[in-house]
Amino acid sequence: MNSLNIIWYVLVGVLFTGYAMLDGFDLGVGVLHLFAKKDEHRRLFLNSIGPVWDGNEVWLVTGGGALFAAFPEAYATVFSGFYLAFMLLLCSLIFRAVAIEFRSKEEWTWWRQFWDVAFSLGSLVSALLIGVAMGNIVRGIPLDANHEFAGTFLGLLNPYSLLMGITTVLLFAMHGAIYLAMKTEGEVLEIVSRWIPRLIALFLASYLLFNIYTLVDVPWVLETVRARPYVVLVVGANVLCVLNIPREIHKGRPFGGFLSSCAAMALMMATFGLTYFPNMVLANPDPANSLTITNAASTQKTLGIMLVIAIIGVPIVLAYTASIYWVFRGKTTLTKHSY
Amino acid sequence: MTVEILARVQFAFTIAIHYLYPPLTIGLGMALVMMEGLWLKTGNPMFHSMARFWTRIFALTFAIGVATGIVMEFEFGTNWATYSRFVGDIFGSALAAEGIFAFFLESGFLALLLFGWNKVGPRMHFFATCMVAFGAHFSALWIVVANSWMQTPAGYHLEKIVNGKSVVLPPDYVVTTADLTSVRAVVEDFWAMVFNPSTLDRLTHVILGAWMAGAFLIVSISAFYILRRRHLEFAKASLKIGLGFAAVASVLQMVSADFTAKGVARNQPIKLAAMEGVYQTVPFTPMTLFGYVDEKNETTVGPKIPGLLSILAWGTPAKPVAGLRDLPSEKFLSARHPGVSPEELAALRKSYWPNAPAVFQFYHIMILVGVALLGLVAAGCFFWWRGWLFDTGRPLTRWLLAALVFSVLGPQVANQAGWFAAEMGRQPWIVYDLLKTSESISKVVTANQIVASLVLFALVYALLFAMFIFLLTRKIQHGPDEEDDEMPDSWKALIPPRA
Repeated sequence: MNSLNIIWYVLVGVLFTGYAMLDGFDLGVGVLHLFAKKDEHRRLFLNSIGPVWDGNEVWLVTGGGALFAAFPEAYATVFSGFYLAFMLLLCSLIFRAVAIEFRSKEEWTWWRQFWDVAFSLGSLVSALLIGVAMGNIVRGIPLDANHEFAGTFLGLLNPYSLLMGITTVLLFAMHGAIYLAMKTEGEVLEIVSRWIPRLIALFLASYLLFNIYTLVDVPWVLETVRARPYVVLVVGANVLCVLNIPREIHKGRPFGGFLSSCAAMALMMATFGLTYFPNMVLANPDPANSLTITNAASTQKTLGIMLVIAIIGVPIVLAYTASIYWVFRGKTTLTKHSY
Repeated sequence: MTVEILARVQFAFTIAIHYLYPPLTIGLGMALVMMEGLWLKTGNPMFHSMARFWTRIFALTFAIGVATGIVMEFEFGTNWATYSRFVGDIFGSALAAEGIFAFFLESGFLALLLFGWNKVGPRMHFFATCMVAFGAHFSALWIVVANSWMQTPAGYHLEKIVNGKSVVLPPDYVVTTADLTSVRAVVEDFWAMVFNPSTLDRLTHVILGAWMAGAFLIVSISAFYILRRRHLEFAKASLKIGLGFAAVASVLQMVSADFTAKGVARNQPIKLAAMEGVYQTVPFTPMTLFGYVDEKNETTVGPKIPGLLSILAWGTPAKPVAGLRDLPSEKFLSARHPGVSPEELAALRKSYWPNAPAVFQFYHIMILVGVALLGLVAAGCFFWWRGWLFDTGRPLTRWLLAALVFSVLGPQVANQAGWFAAEMGRQPWIVYDLLKTSESISKVVTANQIVASLVLFALVYALLFAMFIFLLTRKIQHGPDEEDDEMPDSWKALIPPRA
């Protein structure tokens, strides 16, 4: 097995993890948006993510681009196979994006209500579909010998994947609420602080159920974990991170909670990556047709060129992403030109 | 309708709507750099409030550009899975480079540009504006690289996977339908792929088109204010910047157009023949100024200038431009259809032609609009030079300003028409002379699925476009906002206001 393929397996994973950690909180803020009743509170919600949401979405675009470049077979199979699901995802992402921009431009109640619903529903459906897609990847999808998708749209909406979708929505909502706790003060902070414990509880319940369901419904997971016992360590660390979230919140340290939540996401992705390796898209019921990091990959030459691009690009990206979060640190305030 | 046609319609629709916005972002980005630079240089607070007003317009176009752009990144895989597999090794890397180098730069610094007016210093803010503009141009580079490779593929070879091992295929290998599960194009020379024969010509052409889109938007809104006698001082200064920018871009665009057309003549002779409606190969090939292609009789109707096309394509009137009846060559056809008689080959020739009547029209619309814009800019500059430009008492000035208000549509029409000519002129190929569009579709996607998504996107994009026009109109009605655009005191200390 070539090391470049492994490196790109990790890098694609890193990009999608970055997406989950970053866009995860702004999707989560969207999911919670309608639960805020006052216009001022909703504006604070929007402005807390205002400067950063589109930078966060670039992680998805770049993750998609990296998947296309490094593993074109996987990109082609998944994107054409999940056709309608992805079209719905795209429409949802569009709606929530423009809703952020449009919503506060006019003061009419109906206008704001319309875009509030668009923003919240768009965020909810996006998070749900991302989870459903992920659930199907974990569970494996029907592939033929040419690696073409052989299932149906309704087949993608199986209970396991839907549970993963719901878990993702709750995870993002919890993550978003913790982010809001960092960015707000006063009355909004009080409201958000009341939500956080409930969201943590809901997420934990769903997460536990999902893990049990995985062990029952997805037999390969248990087999792989037996062969790769170190995965248990990652799962353990993950559980500690998840449990640390309520602890940090209880001690009044939302930033610590946010970091814990980010770490939990990274460890969940790591658990997935370590157990799934070397598969890119698992074929279920016929694992022989699976796409792996070998048969789905571009040439060594392209993976090498892409690695140079990543080595130059990624540190720069991380440096100014961090700077921008630093510039916009602290509590969100409203001005006339805010969203 | 077939899956192929539906997939093309859906892609064309989503990319055409998307392409209304990025050119504005690129053009306005450049203009913002100029305005903020002028403010830092002169200290005149008017340039500051100007930059702030145009930043709000910029933000609106940027948000929709991002939202509609994510779709494009996914659609290669959803609609063109076979294509994605075939060219992923090449095309994917350009797309990923666009994400890593350009999109992050743009979106990251956009936060500072939009929300950083009192968070960072004026020079840092100017730097952020420059980075956003640079990122927008840089993203144009990568996407034009990817598209140009489809027009004039270079720096690659074909390889076939046999029993898990890859075998390099000879350069003249003809890809067949049966090959599509095992043959793919892979990078041989990255830089030859990036700077393929048409990249630089087309990149220049696209960026100048984007500059024109931004410049004429500024011209249009400023001319509107002057006609309505509102925000006069602001509008006059904006019009001067916009008109100057438009003049430079429009003149350069003519030069770039010439280079691009010569490149098409060299690299894609069938496309050139379709764009100009040339069927017969004759010396002193004429150029039809406008008219239509009579496909049935294989002629083009309209006023012609003898020898002009030969001059534009080759620089000499005597050298003929190859006509469709001789394209593609016998050799090309017999390689793809071995053992077929010459008569049958001649009949097959037409299946390698693009839709000449449509390509001809799109190409000519682009040229006519481009020339008209150049004329308008020349008139504007002449009025400016004579001191008539702001003298709304003059009927001629009012006419000119009214024309300038509508000029904003010009670059949009020309940009769209140009892309339609470029992409339809490449048909039936998705990668020129290498892979057919009809063979590139996603095999697992049905016509019903595409129709469903097309309806969905049509509704969403119609709503988006209506909102964009509505909010743009509101922003124009509202105009620059002297009070709210007041600089923070810390900035005033750094850049002392000078008139």
